[in-house]
Amino acid sequence: MADPAQLLPGTLDLLILRSVSLGPLHGYGVLLRIGQISDNALLIEQGALYPGLFRLVRQGLLKSSWGTSENNRRAKFYELTAAGRKRLREETDSWNRLASAIASVLSTQPEEV
Amino acid sequence: MKFLAWLPPLAAKFFHRAQLSDEMDQELRSHIQLRADDLERSGMPRTEAERRARIEFGGYQRYKEESYEAFGGNFIEIFLQDIRFSLRVLRKSPGFTITAVLTLTLAIGANAVVFSVMNAFILHPRYVPQAESLYGIQHGSDNGFQSYPDYLDLRDRNHSFDGLAAFTFALAGLDTGDNPSATWLNETSGNYFDALRIRPYLGRVYHGSDEHGPNSAPYIVLTYAYWHSHFQDDRGVVGRVVQLNKHPFTILGVTPPAFHGTLLFFYPDFFVPIVNHEQVDPGYDLNTRGIRWIFEAVGHLKPGVTPAQAIADLNNIGAYLKETYPKDEGNVTFTLARPSLYGDYLGRPVRAFLAGLMLLAGLILLAACANLGSLFAARAADRSREVALRLALGSSRRRILRGLFTEAVFISLAGGAVGLLGSIILLRGLSAWQPFHQWPMIHAPVNPDASVYSVALLLALASGLLFGAVPVRQVLRTNPYEVVKSGSSGGVGRRITARDLLLVAQIAICAVLVTSSMVALRGLVRSLYGNYGFDLRNTIVASTDLSMAGYRGDKVPAMQKRMRDAVATIPGVESVGLADNVPLAAGSNESIVFSDKTTDLRPSNATANALMFNISPEYFNAAGTALLSGRTLTWHDDQSAPRVAIVNGEFARKVLGSATNAVGGYYKMRDGTRVQVVGIAEDGKYNSLTEDPWPAMFLPILQSPSSSTFLVVRSSRDPQQLAEAIRRTLHDLDAGLPVDIQTRYQGLDIILFGPRMATIALGLMGIMGAMLSITGIFGMAAYSVSKRLREIGIRIALGAQRKEVLEAALGRAVKLLAFGSAAGLLLGLLATRVLAFIVYQATPRDPLVLAGVVLGMSLLGLLATWIPALRALSVDPAILLRAE
Repeated sequence: MADPAQLLPGTLDLLILRSVSLGPLHGYGVLLRIGQISDNALLIEQGALYPGLFRLVRQGLLKSSWGTSENNRRAKFYELTAAGRKRLREETDSWNRLASAIASVLSTQPEEV
Repeated sequence: MKFLAWLPPLAAKFFHRAQLSDEMDQELRSHIQLRADDLERSGMPRTEAERRARIEFGGYQRYKEESYEAFGGNFIEIFLQDIRFSLRVLRKSPGFTITAVLTLTLAIGANAVVFSVMNAFILHPRYVPQAESLYGIQHGSDNGFQSYPDYLDLRDRNHSFDGLAAFTFALAGLDTGDNPSATWLNETSGNYFDALRIRPYLGRVYHGSDEHGPNSAPYIVLTYAYWHSHFQDDRGVVGRVVQLNKHPFTILGVTPPAFHGTLLFFYPDFFVPIVNHEQVDPGYDLNTRGIRWIFEAVGHLKPGVTPAQAIADLNNIGAYLKETYPKDEGNVTFTLARPSLYGDYLGRPVRAFLAGLMLLAGLILLAACANLGSLFAARAADRSREVALRLALGSSRRRILRGLFTEAVFISLAGGAVGLLGSIILLRGLSAWQPFHQWPMIHAPVNPDASVYSVALLLALASGLLFGAVPVRQVLRTNPYEVVKSGSSGGVGRRITARDLLLVAQIAICAVLVTSSMVALRGLVRSLYGNYGFDLRNTIVASTDLSMAGYRGDKVPAMQKRMRDAVATIPGVESVGLADNVPLAAGSNESIVFSDKTTDLRPSNATANALMFNISPEYFNAAGTALLSGRTLTWHDDQSAPRVAIVNGEFARKVLGSATNAVGGYYKMRDGTRVQVVGIAEDGKYNSLTEDPWPAMFLPILQSPSSSTFLVVRSSRDPQQLAEAIRRTLHDLDAGLPVDIQTRYQGLDIILFGPRMATIALGLMGIMGAMLSITGIFGMAAYSVSKRLREIGIRIALGAQRKEVLEAALGRAVKLLAFGSAAGLLLGLLATRVLAFIVYQATPRDPLVLAGVVLGMSLLGLLATWIPALRALSVDPAILLRAE
C-alpha cells in the first residue's frame, strides 16, 4: 500500500460532509467511513476530526444527537442539515472543477502546447 | 440596549462551560473506547488496545481546546484568564501602573471635560424646544441690538419667522412683602413664550394679546429656579401681586425647569412684558427709533424657509427702514446666528476657543498614548526573558500579545474611569460656579450625558489599543532561543527616532505653556498696579438704581444729593463722587457725536462713537482722574446752564482736532445739541485693560440725570468697615433700596475675568504638559536604562564613576529635555505677543519669567529621571553579570 496522502488544507470539511451524507455517523464512524471510501489513502490524525465537526455544527451544516453505537456504546451521532446538503453540493462541484482543471494541466503533453 | 441583548447568550455560554466541557469529554472518550473495541477485536489485549487508541487519537487536551474554540465558547474565558494575569502583573509593579493610570486619567479627563462643555454649548444645547430652527437677528456680524420700533417693524413685516420675539435685560427691585432685593430679569415682547414654544410649568404665561400699549401688562412669569429658591415651590404664588420697582405686578405662572431664556450663560429670575419697560427700567424710551437697547430679536424660521431666504427678507425690511427713517437708520445688513451664545459675538470666539481646546485635548491624549507606549516598550524589554520563556514553552505569540493588550486596555479603562469621575466632579464645581459676584445670574451649568460617557469609554479603549500596539514588533521579533541563551541584548539605537522627535515636541509645548502661563501671571499681577485713568487704591464703589425703590423725575437728583451728603459725613471719607456709571465696571453707555461743523446729522456722518459718563463735580477728585487742562464741572452746570462737557484726550484729538486747543471748542450730540468743552481729562481704560484709546466724554449729571447711581468713595479706612458703614448709612436713608458695595479692586473682577481665565487655562495646560513630559522622559529614560543594564554593569565593573554612569544612562534623555525646553522657551516668548491681546502688559522681557521657566523645566527633568537614575546607579555588576 502506498503511503497515505496528507490532507489538503480545507478539504477535511468536505470529507466530513460527504461521509455524513450517506447516513448519521458518530465521530469514529466518520473516520472509518473516510478510510473505507478512500481505501485508506488519506491520513487524518484522529483527534483532529473533532474541531472540524464542532466547526460544522456551529456553522449549522451538521446537527448532532446522542445515541447508541452498534456495539452498545453511548456516542454522539452527526447528520447533515439542509444547509449542509446544499454546501456539500456546492463544494463537490467546485472541487470537481478544480480537480479536472488540474488534471488536464498535468496531463498536457509538450507537443500539445 | 443592544449590549444588554447580547449579554444573556454570552453569559449562558459562559455558565454552561462546565456542561459543554463534560459533554466533550464524553464524546472524545467514547471515540477512544470505540477505537479500542476495534483494536481488541483484531486480537490486542484490552489494556494495550486502550493505550494504542489514546496514542492514535493525538493530543487530547489540545484537540479538546481547539474543539471548544471551534464551537465559539472560548473567547470570554481566555479573556478572563488574561485579565487575571494582567491584574497580577500590574499589581507587581505599582509605580508603573500608577504612572500610567494617572497619565490617562489626566488625558481622558481633559477630553471628557472639553467634550462635555462642547456638547452642552455647541453640539446639543438644550435650552428651548426645537433649537435647530431658532435664530437670532444680528446687524452685520456681531451685534444684535434693536430699538423697539425697529423690532416691531421686523416682527410685522417679515415673512420668514414663525413669530419673532425680542428680549433685553434689566435690574429691578422686587418686593414680595418682606425684603426688597435686586433681581435680574428679562423684559420680553408679549409673544415671547409663544414664539419660543414654551408652555408654562405652573399657571400661565403672557401672550401678545396681553399687550395694550405702554405699562398695560404688569405681569411676572417666574423661572422655575427662582420660584424654587425664593418662593419655596409654593403653588399658591399664581395670582399674587408683588411690587416691582414699587409698581404692582401680578405673578402669572412659572416656566418649565429647563427654560431660562435663550442665552446659555444667563439665568434671569423672571420675565416681564417689555411694554412695561418704563416701570421696570426707566432710561431708554420705548418709542425712540434711533437708540438700540433691546438685546436681541429671536424666532423660529417657518418650515421650509432657509436662513438665506430669511436674511434676504430681513434686508428688504432694512432697506425700507432706511428709506422711511433716514435720520435714524444707517446701512443695515442683517445676518442670522444661533442665539444661544448671542450670535457670533460670543459664539464665534467660544466656538473657536472650544475647538482649539478640543484639538489640544486630543493632542494631549495622543501624546499620552505615545508616552505610555514607550513605557510599555520599556516594560516589554524588561520582561523579554519572561516572554521568551513563555514562547519556548509553547505559548503562541498571539496569546502573549493578547495578554499585553489586555494589560493596556485594563490600564486605559482604569484611567478612563478615574478621568471621567474627575471630570464629572470638576464639571459639578463649574456648574455651580458664579464667576461674577455682582452678576449672580451668569453661570454655565454643564451636565455630562450619555454621549460624554460613551466618548470617554471609546477614547479609553482606543488609546489602550494604541499604546498597547507599541511593543508588538518587539514581541514578534523576540527569538526565544537567543534571549534565553544570552539575555536581552543590543544597545539603544543612535539614530534619531520619531519617538525622540515627539518627546522633544512635547517638552517644547510644555515649555511654551509654562512660559506663557508665567507671563500671564506676571501680567495679571502687574495689571492691579496699572494706571487706567483713575486710581484703584482706597476706593469703594456703591452702586444701585434708584428706580428700584421707585424714585422718578425730580426725586432722583434729590435722593442722590442726600446719599452723597450722608456718605460724605462718614468719618474717614475724603471725597464722594457721583456718576451714572464708572469705567471698567462692565457695561458702558456710548453715543455717537458730530463735529460742530456737521449739519447733516445722519448716523453715517458721525465723527466718533464716544463713551458717555454723567458725573458730579467731585467725581474726578474721588476717582483720582487727572484734569489736564480747563476747569472741572460745578453744581451750577445744571438744566438752566449751557451744555458743557469734559472730554478725554482721545476725544479732543478725534472730534476737536487737537488736545491743546480743545478747551472752549464745541461738538454736537446725537440730537444736535451743541456742547462746549470746558476741560480735558487724561485718557483711561473704559471697557477692558487691553483696549486701544477710546474717546470719552464726562457730562454734568444735573444736565442729564439718571437713576443709575454709582457713589465713588475715596478713603484710606479699612474697606470692610467702611463698606459696612456705607451700607448702614444708605439703609437708614431708604431701607427699600438694594445697594451693591465693593472695592474698586473687586469691581475689576469682571474686567479681569478673561485674563484670569487665560492664566488659569494656561496654567492647567502647563500642568498637563508637565505631566506628559514627565511620563515621556520617564519612559524613555527607563527604557534606555533597562536596555543597557548590562553595559552599565560592565562600565561599573571597569571602574566608571557615578557621573559617567549617569551620562551613559540618561545623557540622551537630558539632551532631549534641554533641547525641547530651549525651543519651547523661545516659542513661548514669541507667543506672548498673542497673549498681550488678553492680558494687560504681558511681556516676555522679564527675568523672573525666564528664571522661573528654566527652574521649572529642570525640576521636571529631575523628577522624571529620578527613578531610572537610581536604578542605573544601584546596578551591582557582580549580581548582574552572574545573572546573565
